[in-house]
Amino acid sequence: MAAEMEPPPLGDAGQTDFREIEDGEGFFVSTVTILESPEPSSPDPPSMPAEGISTNGPKQEDISLDDDPEDLFAEATEEVSLDSPEREPILSDGPSPAITPVTPTAMLTPRMGLGTAEMFERSLDEVSSWVKLTSMTIFSKNETTVRRRFSDFLGLHSKLASRYLHIGYIVPPAPEKSIVGMTKVKVGKEDLSSAEFVEKRRSALERYLMRTVKHPILLKDPDVMMFLESSELPRAVSTQALSGAGILRMVNKAADAVNKMTIKMNESDAWFEEKHQQFENLDLQLRKLHASVECLVCHRKELSVNTASFAKSAAMLGNSEDHTALSRALSQLAEVEEKIDQLHQDQAYADFYLFSELLGDYVRLITAVKGVFDHRMKTWSKWQDTQLLLQKKREAESKLQFANKPDKLQQAQDEIKELEGKVQQGEKDFELISKTIRKEVSRFEKERVKDFKVVIIKYLESLVQTQQQLIKYWEAFLPEAKAIA
Amino acid sequence: MRQEEQNGGCFQKIANIARLAAQHDDLQRCCTFIIMTSTLDDSEKEKARSVSVDLNNDASLLIDIPDALCERDKVKFTVHTKTTLSSFQKPDFSVPRQHEDFIWLHDALVETEDYAGLIIPPAPPKPDFESPREKMHKLGEGEATMTKEEYTKMKQELEAEYLAVFKKTVQVHEVFLQRLSSHPILSKDRNFQIFLEYDQDLSVRRKNAKETFGSFFKNMVKSADEVIISGIKEVDDFFEQEKTFLLDYSSKIKDSTARAEKMTRSHKNVADDYIHISATLNSLSVDDNTALKKHLEKFADLFEKLRKVEGRVASDEELKLTELFRYYMLDIQAAKDLLYRRARALADYENSNKALDKARLKSKDITQAEEHQQQCLQKFDKLSESGKRELTSFKGRRVVAFRKNLIEMSELEIKHAKNNMALLQGCIELLKSN
Repeated sequence: MAAEMEPPPLGDAGQTDFREIEDGEGFFVSTVTILESPEPSSPDPPSMPAEGISTNGPKQEDISLDDDPEDLFAEATEEVSLDSPEREPILSDGPSPAITPVTPTAMLTPRMGLGTAEMFERSLDEVSSWVKLTSMTIFSKNETTVRRRFSDFLGLHSKLASRYLHIGYIVPPAPEKSIVGMTKVKVGKEDLSSAEFVEKRRSALERYLMRTVKHPILLKDPDVMMFLESSELPRAVSTQALSGAGILRMVNKAADAVNKMTIKMNESDAWFEEKHQQFENLDLQLRKLHASVECLVCHRKELSVNTASFAKSAAMLGNSEDHTALSRALSQLAEVEEKIDQLHQDQAYADFYLFSELLGDYVRLITAVKGVFDHRMKTWSKWQDTQLLLQKKREAESKLQFANKPDKLQQAQDEIKELEGKVQQGEKDFELISKTIRKEVSRFEKERVKDFKVVIIKYLESLVQTQQQLIKYWEAFLPEAKAIA
Repeated sequence: MRQEEQNGGCFQKIANIARLAAQHDDLQRCCTFIIMTSTLDDSEKEKARSVSVDLNNDASLLIDIPDALCERDKVKFTVHTKTTLSSFQKPDFSVPRQHEDFIWLHDALVETEDYAGLIIPPAPPKPDFESPREKMHKLGEGEATMTKEEYTKMKQELEAEYLAVFKKTVQVHEVFLQRLSSHPILSKDRNFQIFLEYDQDLSVRRKNAKETFGSFFKNMVKSADEVIISGIKEVDDFFEQEKTFLLDYSSKIKDSTARAEKMTRSHKNVADDYIHISATLNSLSVDDNTALKKHLEKFADLFEKLRKVEGRVASDEELKLTELFRYYMLDIQAAKDLLYRRARALADYENSNKALDKARLKSKDITQAEEHQQQCLQKFDKLSESGKRELTSFKGRRVVAFRKNLIEMSELEIKHAKNNMALLQGCIELLKSN
């Protein structure tokens, strides 16, 4: 049983040695496959040559043309699969999702493949963790594999956040660091919990990347390209918690929180008011649901453990039983319960990876959404402040008119001109961010609906699988029970 | 029959009122339940009693517990007897009894010398409302964090659990009496008759504090006996085998009972989690105005239905597995007691032999010693004969009960799993077609 629990080792490097890690990061290997689409404009999924990678029949969705010419992926439909091919069939059959290319202008069909977790040995002088990405770029080959550290992911996110959040783009948040989990891995414990931790992290990173590249603007970002393509990346030192950049980040966060409380925005746009409230509610409910599902995972794991313990006890009872037929039946019962305990464990796994992690991701995403709303507020505030400053300067200027100081007057008039420009810019910025947010929110909601729909069905299918197995096991046991004479 | 129906009708009304009152009562105060076992149809009753089979078939003495009242910690059972035997004053009568009265009866039987060669049916366990009470406490504390619907559902679950514990305790008390009434020798016991008939409070005849202490001491001595007597050389193969088997089996089944209980409790926890998930999904669905709304609604609805099935799975497992093991754990203890009594009689006999030899040596009190030896031998032989009979029939009973329960449990598991699957697949169909 223990053997079945480890994450399936995939890829060539089959070694599972853990090594000392320098900066508190985990060993990690992940494979992401992005394939180039050879045929534009064909909406027919089966005609897409897979280049050796099998397709999970992509869903045919209604194609409605989006006006925005910038958005290359307006018509792209996508299935997000979170499984690795070798994982137990309880989760899903197909190994990879696909995007149906439909726009004539689509040169690229990002097709995120499945990550595979792999621990491997690094040479003794390099103490770090790696994530392997197989990726494709718009420009070059079909499939590349690169290695990335966990801190590289954090670095990427940090760059994207600093570049895009403040102008209204919802940048997907990166998975969180975990000191406890990493320490276990560091210590070299090859037990269940550290294997689970690595798998959890791998899965989280994969989802993070998928979300990032699904974003039409982010995908075109040069850092993202570099992340997916280049064989070597400069070490992202600034992501370390105790670095100078880290501390600066913390200070900024605190300052932001204080500022948020002092800004009183006159919301003229009902849409924003409504959406803001909506996201607040959604946040609350999702957190609650997440907590309940985490509880479920915990209880189901407990059920699995207790079932296993009962199975052992029933086996012993069967051995002790002196009536032969009953003894055999009790031993069979023990076997059934043992199989069922594995079933519960697999179901708990599905509960977690399908349901719980989805909710966790969205709780974090909504934090990003709220952040974007806050940035809009800040932009508005900045604009208003500039306007106030302009007003003050104008008042000062009119006073100077009577003071007969020509150079000071000139200076004041120059400043006013500059400020007028700034006010205009501020207004433009505010309008732009508002527009961007509207688009982003609409995109986000579409994604959310898709994500949830897909996951709900997958999760239900996992439950069906469990019940099917249960029927099988009990139906096999029933004649044994009847055979007791 | 008619009287029972009449009683049933008016008790039914009281039961409904009590249930409503319990729903509105402050959760912190204990609820009052009046349970109508007569409202259960025959098949349900039959299922409830499957731990011991072939009971209550002899029309000369029929016993049942048609209703019971739960007040605070005390449960009052109504013991109803129908008999054609002339030894009873009336052909049809009922008396109120408490749990302690049952214990008194059991102990009285155990202490009766004449029954030393019989397996005395184990005393019914004390009614244990600890688990639902703990849940009630937690529910009261967590009230603020739940929606109204969630809270109502949890309260319903809690009520169902109270009811289940209650039904279980009525059942074990009933089975105890029915085993006595089905036993050719024990059914004629005088104390048994008093228990069934005496229309005033039995507590005057029950143990007072001194006696209770006395029995505790006796139990202690018995454990010491266990050690000594296990070491006695057994002459009879049958009993030697039984001893080995029962000693080993007893500890194993105790362990299995405990683990089965843990397992079924985890199952209940999972079912309860579904309630919270369903409630939150519902809230999400209400607030949602995207294409997800219908999905969430159906998903929430599904979880609500699933949790009912999971709850049934847990309680069926509990009844067919945990309770089965628990009952036979107690029964095996009673069989062990029989072995010890017999072993003690053997020890007595051996001692009397030694005394006789000594007397012959000293040429003093020989006749006395001879008589004593004869008595011991007779007693021992009687115990052996009756013991053999009892143990053989016990084994048969046990195998039949296990078979019945294991079959029933498997069938129920299959039924519930198929149910679950139908619900799940129905929902998936619905969601995919949307």
